[in-house]
Amino acid sequence: MDNTGKSVAFRGGGFAPQSRRWVGVLVFVALILFVEWGTRAGWISALSLPRPTDVLDTFRQLYDSGLLFKHLLPSLSRLFVGALFGASIGIAVGIMIGLFSYVRSGLVPLVAAIFPIPKIALLPLFVIWFGIGEGSKYALIAFGTFTPTVVATYGAVDNVDRTLIRMGQSFGLSWWSIVRKIVLPGAMPGILSGLRISLAIAIILLVAAEMLGAEYGIGAYILEAGSLYDLERLFAGVVILSLLGVLISALIGMLERRLLGWRT
Amino acid sequence: MDIRLDGIGHSYDEFEVMRDITLDIPSGRIVCIVGPSGCGKSTLLRFIGGLEKPKSGRVLQLGDPPKGCLNPLTYIFQDFALLPWRSVSGNISLVLEDHGINGAAAKIIIDDVLARTKLTDFAKALPKQLSGGMKQRVAIARALAVNPAVMLMDEPLSALDSQTRELLMDDLVELWTRQPFTAVYVTHNLAEAVRLGHKVVVLSRRPGKIREIVDIEKPLAKREFGDADLDRAQKHLWQLMRDEARAADAELLHG
Repeated sequence: MDNTGKSVAFRGGGFAPQSRRWVGVLVFVALILFVEWGTRAGWISALSLPRPTDVLDTFRQLYDSGLLFKHLLPSLSRLFVGALFGASIGIAVGIMIGLFSYVRSGLVPLVAAIFPIPKIALLPLFVIWFGIGEGSKYALIAFGTFTPTVVATYGAVDNVDRTLIRMGQSFGLSWWSIVRKIVLPGAMPGILSGLRISLAIAIILLVAAEMLGAEYGIGAYILEAGSLYDLERLFAGVVILSLLGVLISALIGMLERRLLGWRT
Repeated sequence: MDIRLDGIGHSYDEFEVMRDITLDIPSGRIVCIVGPSGCGKSTLLRFIGGLEKPKSGRVLQLGDPPKGCLNPLTYIFQDFALLPWRSVSGNISLVLEDHGINGAAAKIIIDDVLARTKLTDFAKALPKQLSGGMKQRVAIARALAVNPAVMLMDEPLSALDSQTRELLMDDLVELWTRQPFTAVYVTHNLAEAVRLGHKVVVLSRRPGKIREIVDIEKPLAKREFGDADLDRAQKHLWQLMRDEARAADAELLHG
């Protein structure tokens, strides 16, 4: 047999992105180095972007003076309490919407109506209802995390494999057992990915919540720096929020690996 | 415990899918139900187990389920219906927990059914680690765990490749030979029907009616792959079904 045939050209592959470690870090480092170079060389003016090393310096001062934790701790507690209330009530309501026809018919339009309201606009209302102290801040963050959690949760409950529920019924499992052992774990992937979004929204709302009546807090710190056009401090605050976002995302990733190891 | 279907009929809106099905399912026998697609054989099985309600007629239990029977009417599903987040033994304990069987008592039952389905070494595996045939064996083990009076099997081998299907049929025959169980076995595969059925019920196309009931006398353990008697029975069934199947196929095409 002669070998004059043409080899068939490969045309498969692709369309399957994989995560490459360190590439993300590399993008960050490259971007920061680029800005550093630009500000040092002078073709980025100090008015348009602060120099990264200056931001780092500000950050160090913040840490040394002990102000960092004075700002961070109240913010974290607001975030924690607000998001805890918002997410847990959201999950509970979402599951009820997923299970009961009347709750669904009654609440889905209501949720759709409050979802697009910018919660920041309601801050004065919350101040009247819950006072200028911590109450209004918890309420704002809780309200903001509530709606996306509800929507993600009832979508996840709707997507639970019905044949598994039939199976539960066919073995005579009680209603409560079916909810606890089949519906809830089956909805967990959707609930967790919804939580990613709602917790990011919680961080966004943290700044808004600290607009009124907050002396300490990352949001208050950023707002103060912003009104003084102190870009170094503004950026130091923004970096803290970004790190917070990365941290929460990593925490949910850990939770997913622990709870959802059964997924293929 | 026997099951009697008494004049079962059903329709969706104006669309009649089943008419006057009367059938006895005697204890200790496997009754296969075959028919062209859309004849309502799976629906009939859901009526028997109480997962759906027929528009007319009744499903009757004659006599009491035997002692120690936790779930008299137990299904085995085509797509296995295993909880992917529970291990093999967790999937079996799921159906015991609601009966208050936990810990050591549950372990005795689980070990026993896993041994009977040759799954002892896989107790801790997750469903995603198992092949299709193994998954269905887990589902069979789970069904055995509740000690059913009647097993309702809905195309249990249809999602498997033909080699696995042969192996699992052997397993089912072995299980039945060791301890005869009552089963209603719905399939579109005539080879499975003649291999496992003591009685094969042929349904006609929509609206589903009983066309003929074929008894196969040969003992299950003596039936083998490529058996001449079974081939004859299978040919007979195919002749009964052929025109119906063709008509049913054309019906689907014309909506």
